[in-house]
Amino acid sequence: MTRRHPELPSTHLMGTGTPMCAGCGGLEAIHEIYDILGSNTVFVNAAGCMTLLSVYPFTPFRGSWLYTAMACAPAGAQGIRDALDVLLEKERIQPDEDLQVVVLTGDGSAYGMGLSATSCAIGRNLDFIYVCYDNEGYGNTGQQYSQATPHAARTATSRGVSGFQGYKKDLFSIWAAHRPAYIATVTGADPLDLARKIKKAKGLRGPRLIIALSPCPTGWNYDPSLTVEIGRLAVKTGIWPLKEYMDGKVVHTRMPGRRPAVEEYLRLQGRFDHLFRPERNEKILAEIQAGIDAYWEEVQDRST
Amino acid sequence: MHKLLTGNRAAAWGARLSGVEYIPAFPITPQTEIIETLAAWIEAGEMQGRFVQLESEHSMVTAAGAGAATGVRVFTATSSQGLLYAMEMIYSVAGWRVPFVLVNVSRGLSAPITLEPDHNDVMAARDTGFLQLHCSTCQEVLDSVIMAYRLSEDMRIRLPVIVNLDGFYLSFTREPVAVPEPEQIRRFLPEFDPGEIYFRASMPESQAVAVLGGSTYSYFRYETHLAATNGIAVYDEISREFARETGRAYHVVEEYRCADAEYLFVMLGSFATKAIEAVDRLRDAGKAAGLLRPRLFRPFPVEALRRACAGKKGLAVIDQNLSMGRGGILHTELTSVLYGEPDMPPVAASFIGGLGGRDISLEEMFEIMDVVIQAAEQGRRLEPRLLYTERELRQIKSLQAVARAERHTLGEGK
Ligand SMILES: Cc1ncc(C[n+]2csc(CCOP(=O)(O)OP(=O)(O)O)c2C)c(N)n1
Ligand code: SF4
Ligand SMILES: [Mg+2]
Repeated sequence: MTRRHPELPSTHLMGTGTPMCAGCGGLEAIHEIYDILGSNTVFVNAAGCMTLLSVYPFTPFRGSWLYTAMACAPAGAQGIRDALDVLLEKERIQPDEDLQVVVLTGDGSAYGMGLSATSCAIGRNLDFIYVCYDNEGYGNTGQQYSQATPHAARTATSRGVSGFQGYKKDLFSIWAAHRPAYIATVTGADPLDLARKIKKAKGLRGPRLIIALSPCPTGWNYDPSLTVEIGRLAVKTGIWPLKEYMDGKVVHTRMPGRRPAVEEYLRLQGRFDHLFRPERNEKILAEIQAGIDAYWEEVQDRST
Repeated sequence: MHKLLTGNRAAAWGARLSGVEYIPAFPITPQTEIIETLAAWIEAGEMQGRFVQLESEHSMVTAAGAGAATGVRVFTATSSQGLLYAMEMIYSVAGWRVPFVLVNVSRGLSAPITLEPDHNDVMAARDTGFLQLHCSTCQEVLDSVIMAYRLSEDMRIRLPVIVNLDGFYLSFTREPVAVPEPEQIRRFLPEFDPGEIYFRASMPESQAVAVLGGSTYSYFRYETHLAATNGIAVYDEISREFARETGRAYHVVEEYRCADAEYLFVMLGSFATKAIEAVDRLRDAGKAAGLLRPRLFRPFPVEALRRACAGKKGLAVIDQNLSMGRGGILHTELTSVLYGEPDMPPVAASFIGGLGGRDISLEEMFEIMDVVIQAAEQGRRLEPRLLYTERELRQIKSLQAVARAERHTLGEGK
C-alpha cells in the first residue's frame, strides 16, 4: 500500500488507458493538476500530444473538454467563459453549474503560435487557468525544436553536433509582464509543490498561468522509468526553478541548497548525448552551468 | 418602422432583433460599421448582449464557436482577409456543429490588396460546412440575418451560417429598410434552444474531440454534409413563415422574369440588381431575357436551378470571383448540376466581372446577352470571357508607361 501525503488527494480523478507514451511527464503533471482542480472544469485544448487524451468516443476526464486548434485555445476559453457568464447573468443556469475554464496546451502553442491569443486573453483579464505542459519541443509531430527547447538539445530539426542553437524563451517573465493574477512553474516530480500552487490558483480569479516542466521519454530520448528522476534533477540542479508570481512579486518556492552540476540532469537524456560522447563538450556544458549559476546568484542577490 | 439604413446597419439591426447574446468581434473594412454599431447599442443600453473584441479573426471565430457550444446565441462579422485568417476555425466550428451567424461583407482578396468588393472571400468558405445566404439589398440583409438564425439553429441542421453582402455597393449604400417589430421577430425566432449543446457542471461533455481512422472521420463529415443538404427543405419552411410574419418572401433562388424568358443572366449578390435593369431594357428591345439569382449558395439549390434553367436557350453566368486556372465558380457549380439533365440550355457561357469593385455596366450586360443569343442561334459554344474594356487596358498601359518613365528619370537624376 502506498501512503499519500496529507496535503495530496487520496484518489485520482483522471481515468487511465490514454494513448500517451509510457512515462509521459506531461500526463503525470495533468493527473496531479486534475486531482486538485476537480471535475467542475472544462479543458480547452490546443493541438499537441494531449489532444489524444479525448478520442471519440472516450475521455479520461470526469469533466468537460473542447478541442480548438493550435493557435487559439485561449480564445476558446474566452468564448466559454463569456457564454457561461451570460447564462449566469440571465439565470439560465444556476451558479453550481458554473465551470472553471482551463486551457491546456503544449509549449509549442504557449511559447509560439498561441502567444498572441494568450497575451490578449490576459489583457482582457479573462478568468481562466492556463496549463502549459512543457516538453520543450513539438512533441506530437516528432520533437522538432520550439521556442521552449533548451540550448544544445538535439531535436528532429536540430540534429547537428551542437544541437539547438537558440535558447529557451523566458515565458514566465513574458507572462509576468502582463501582471496576471497568478503564475507558477511546477513539475510532476514535485507533487506537493504542484498541489499547493494549483490550490492557490484555484482560489483566485483572473488569468492564472501554470508551466509544468514535462519530461518526455520519447522526445528527450531516455528510458521511461527515469521520468520522475529527471524531473527531480531539473529542480535540484536549478535548471527548472520552482517559483510563483503574485501581486507583482516573484517568489521561489524551492531554494535548491547545494546544487548538483547540471550534467547530472543532462547526461540522463539522449538529447544531450552529444555533449558527453564521443568526447565531452566542455564549452557548452560550462555555458549551460554558468547560465544556471547566474540565475541563482541573481535570485540570491535580490533576496538579500 | 422604416429607416434609411446602410447594408452594414441593416446587418446590425438583424442581429439586434435576433436577440443575440454574445458578439466576439474584430475590425476590418468594409465590415467595421457593423461591430461599431452593435458595440454602441450595447454601451448605450439599447441592446442587451456581451461584446468582446478579440485579437484576430482566428480567435474571434474560435470564441464564437465556443460561445455557441456553451449554449448562447452568437453573432459575428468579418470580411476578406479576416475570413481567410479565420479559415482554420471556419472549418473547425462547422465541424463542431454549433449554430451561429457570421455576416461577411465581401471584399476582394490580396494580392494586390484592395478594399473593394468581389466574392472570392466568401467562395473560399464554400466547402466548410457553413451555409451561405447571398443578399442583394439592404432589406434582404436585415431579413436574412434573422432567417439565418432559424436555419442555423434548426435541429435538422445545426450549422453556422454566413450571410453575405457586397462591400461598398451594399455595406455603405443607404436604402429604405422596413425594420420589423421586435414582437414579430420573437414570434418567428424564439429564444435559442441549445438542445444537446452545452458545457455544464452537472452534465460533463466533450466536444470537438479527435477521431482515429477514416471511418469515424467520414461518418462525421457525411453527417455534416447531410445536415447542410437539409437546408433546402428547412429554408423553404422558414421562408414561408417569414413571409407570413413580415409579408416579404425570399425563395432559395430569386427569379426575375424567368418564366417566359429564353435567356438568363445568372448572378449572385447586389450586382444582380443591375441585371434587373438590363433585363427590363432587353425586354423593351424584344429580347426574352430574365435573371436567376441564387440566394442560398450552400446548400446549393440544385432542383430550383434545374427547374428554372429547363427549356432555356442560353445562360450568361456572371461570376464576381475567379478560381485561378479554372474560371468562375458559380459557372462551374451551375453547369455541373445541369449536365445530363433533359432539356437543359445548350449554351451556358461564363463571364468574369466585378472583381475588386470593378463595375459591370449596362452596355456590358447588353453585349453579354447579345453574344449568348448569337452563340445559341448559331449552335456555337463560347469560351469564358474576362470582362475588360479596351479603354481600361489603354489606361493601365499608360499608367505603366508613366511609371517606367518616372523610374527612368529618377535613375538619371541620381
Ligand atoms: C496550424 C497547425 N500547424 C501545425 C500543426 C501540427 N501540429 C500538431 S501538434 C504540433 C506540435 C505542438 O507542440 P506543443 O504545443 O509543444 O505540444 P506537444 O506536441 O509537444 O504536446 C504541431 C506542430 C497543427 N495541428 N496546426
Ligand atoms: S511524446 Fe512526450 S509529451 Fe508526447 S505523449 Fe509521448 S512522452 Fe508525452
Ligand atoms: Mg511540446
